[in-house]
Amino acid sequence: METTVPTTDCCESPTSPSRRAMLLGGASFAAWAYLPKFARAADGRDPRLVVVILRGALDGLATVAPIGDPDYAGLHGSIALTSSGPNAAPMLDSFFALHPAMPEFARMYRQKQAAVIHAVATSYRERSHFDGQDVLESGFAGPGRVQSGWLNRALESLPKGERVTSALGVGPTTPLVLRGAAPTVGWTPVALPQAAEDTAMRLIELYRHRDPALAAALTQGLALDKAAQGDDMKPKPGSNGIAAMRLVARGAAKLMAADDGPRIGALAFDGWDTHANEGGPVGRLAQLLSGLDGALAEFETGLGPRWRDTVVVVVTEFGRTARINGTAGTDHGTGTVALLAGGAVKGGRVIADWPGLKVANLYQARDLAPTTDLRAIMKGVLQDQFGLAERVLAETVFPDSTSVKPMKGLVV
Amino acid sequence: MARDSQAALVALNRFGFGARGGASGDFVNAASDPRGFVKAEMSRPNGVLLEVPGLQSTAALGKAVFDYQFEIQQGRDAAAKSAPAAATEGPQPPVDAKGQRRNLSLNSIAMDMAPREPPAKPQENANASMTPPETMQPAAPKPPPQPLNIIQKTFRAEALARLQRAVIADCGFTERLVVFWSNHFCISANKGGVARMWAGSFEREAIRPFVLGRFGDMLKAVEQHPAMLFFLDNQQSLGPDSRAGKNRNRGLNENLAREILELHTLGVGGGYSQDDVTSLARIITGWTYAGRQGQLGAPGTFVFNANAHQPGAQRVMGKSYESGGVAQGEAVLADIARHPSTAKFIATKFVRHFVADDPPPALVARLADVFGKTDGDLKALATALVDSEEAWKAPLTKVRSPYEFLVASGRLLAQIPGDPGRYLNGLNVLGQPLWAPAGPNGFPDSNAAWAAPEGMKLRLDISAQIASRLADTIDPRDLLELVAADAASMETRRTVERAESRQQALALLLMSPEFQRR
Repeated sequence: METTVPTTDCCESPTSPSRRAMLLGGASFAAWAYLPKFARAADGRDPRLVVVILRGALDGLATVAPIGDPDYAGLHGSIALTSSGPNAAPMLDSFFALHPAMPEFARMYRQKQAAVIHAVATSYRERSHFDGQDVLESGFAGPGRVQSGWLNRALESLPKGERVTSALGVGPTTPLVLRGAAPTVGWTPVALPQAAEDTAMRLIELYRHRDPALAAALTQGLALDKAAQGDDMKPKPGSNGIAAMRLVARGAAKLMAADDGPRIGALAFDGWDTHANEGGPVGRLAQLLSGLDGALAEFETGLGPRWRDTVVVVVTEFGRTARINGTAGTDHGTGTVALLAGGAVKGGRVIADWPGLKVANLYQARDLAPTTDLRAIMKGVLQDQFGLAERVLAETVFPDSTSVKPMKGLVV
Repeated sequence: MARDSQAALVALNRFGFGARGGASGDFVNAASDPRGFVKAEMSRPNGVLLEVPGLQSTAALGKAVFDYQFEIQQGRDAAAKSAPAAATEGPQPPVDAKGQRRNLSLNSIAMDMAPREPPAKPQENANASMTPPETMQPAAPKPPPQPLNIIQKTFRAEALARLQRAVIADCGFTERLVVFWSNHFCISANKGGVARMWAGSFEREAIRPFVLGRFGDMLKAVEQHPAMLFFLDNQQSLGPDSRAGKNRNRGLNENLAREILELHTLGVGGGYSQDDVTSLARIITGWTYAGRQGQLGAPGTFVFNANAHQPGAQRVMGKSYESGGVAQGEAVLADIARHPSTAKFIATKFVRHFVADDPPPALVARLADVFGKTDGDLKALATALVDSEEAWKAPLTKVRSPYEFLVASGRLLAQIPGDPGRYLNGLNVLGQPLWAPAGPNGFPDSNAAWAAPEGMKLRLDISAQIASRLADTIDPRDLLELVAADAASMETRRTVERAESRQQALALLLMSPEFQRR
């Protein structure tokens, strides 16, 4: 007889996470399902790569503010950061300051384990979120190619090692960047009384005969949930969005820290589309950045000794208008930042070919003009971390991108 | 009488919300006249309206929520004055109160199992603290729950009315159409207290009256509805050269204009440019709603505020629109509603929803043609879909969305909800919180979204919970007859019959391909 009566500490606690909180935090995590051969390379390095996608378009000028640019304060107006006074933004060098909601990233930067690349954009120059995300994640030069993502194609180009799970399939929340032929696994933390194992086995048997796609999905869903469960998965009450972001990062780090865990993961956080009341040093964007900062700290803690060999890349589909709009927010723009964090990052630097913020220098007189192609950064990281050849990067991973050279020296 | 069991599955599941339990006879009726079974509801256009005693108009709800928020603000201001040292920016007490309210009975409920944090999005302060958890369970014996506030009460009443209608509907085709259009023109209740208050009335007033009417009329009703104006920030957008824009040194917000073109009508690649977005944003400046004090009109009603409107002619999609107040924007909407890109975009989405993730191109083309020739007659569009061969021949490959799955379960088990809590929590767990998609593009509509590993595992857990609560009184073998009759596969039949308990049998039935695919 199957019984599924929940226990008191299962999921009625007011502090336990919900799928909904996760989704509203917009967070999900997916990873590659093989243990790559390079993981046991002779030099003892066991590289890991995490790609964090911020959906909605991050305001790069608010995240890493060009305080030294004479036009910045005027353009960003009431939400501009300052390097003095209450909520001062810490200076990263003589020109750029970091948003004050990111103390962990600031510490990593001081420890030379974090870097910023500014005035970055993909090759996409329109302003639709959904197309912009498709370009960012597919790695193709234009929208409309959503069958596979660049990270998946990078994996396909690597020698395959042992499988880390027994199931194939792509989760609903698998970001496009990791979708494709190479098998991946997905996971979302959730607490719910679970169906009895026997019921699940019977259902899988039925699906095997009648519905192989659902058989694969369910098998994988059951396997992953087991792998990710732990005792310390409960978020702190209160700040749910932030807690949700940390929670996903903690679970992902736990999976990736294992000796047979995935080496490559991708996750996405929603909510960065700050059209109105974006806020300056405190406010809406500050809360989101604080959540991101916490997620990065969770990766550092959770990966433990593996942090040494890790690169976390934080990217977004495009930037936002340089000038604030009529509602103390910013509209869809172009150039923005990319952030790198991890023990393997050659950090303590803001890398920028700064275009300037004079109106004549803005892209279409409204956006930060991009001077670095985001693909150059991703290519540089993939080359340094996993030894992918430049030709593979230019033809397979980021098709038709021969003219975009990998950025050198991002990894220690 | 001819009996076509496979066509009955299409009629019930692809077009409707699934067979009802009890003595409904749904499967037999659908099998004897599948198309007629689906189309019967369309001959009762007023049947799409949701007129339930107690549900109020957007204006009445607006007035109530403005007053409520005003009181809260006054209370906060008073508290801040009396204790200035403690006056930090975020009003915390309501959040704490939420945390304490959730002491629920443990083992009674299936879908209540998911814990219920309030929406996690950081938002504007005043609104965030009022966004309620959809979670109240009055049954808890211990600490008495705090009374629901007016926003929570309204949301739950609206949700309940919608769920009850879906569970008792004959076929459910017109309710499926409501869900489709409501998702196409979605707002999110998580935007703030006002949006949560209006989520239901928005659907009742801007969607339902036009589901069997004209697309252009629905478009106008949606873009002028206070809930949409709030959701996409248009009430904040001021013409830079308008009187208000000059006085207050504020200006445009492109959000609504962009989504009108990208998500509501033409679609990405539909032929518009950034300049068109900006022009449309200027044209619809002044489209707003009256606030608490009612300076512009009755609180909570759409008003055109000429003081905020950008003066002058504007060009959109190559056509010039002369200055003319609210009529200027209405003329643009009327034109883009008729644009061929809109017909194609809508037809594609419609077929993708009802037939297949990869919609058959010939059927899309035919529906786009119908849309164009009938000037966006949505009844004609739905009729053309039901009359098509493709919609009946295409295999049932799509997995039910969480909403469809939970409603179908409720119908089969004849559980007309008296409280929306279980449904709302189930939707939260499965990633489709009612009226609260993550972005203005609505919930996804593909197997990649709903048939993925994590989702299938959670569906199984929820099915097991439903079964543990309800299976004692039913015979799962009888239910299988109601669901699929002789269209059930041997394997499903055997799996249900050989289950070790009624509970297990029901959980397996709810998870069977016959119940999950449509």
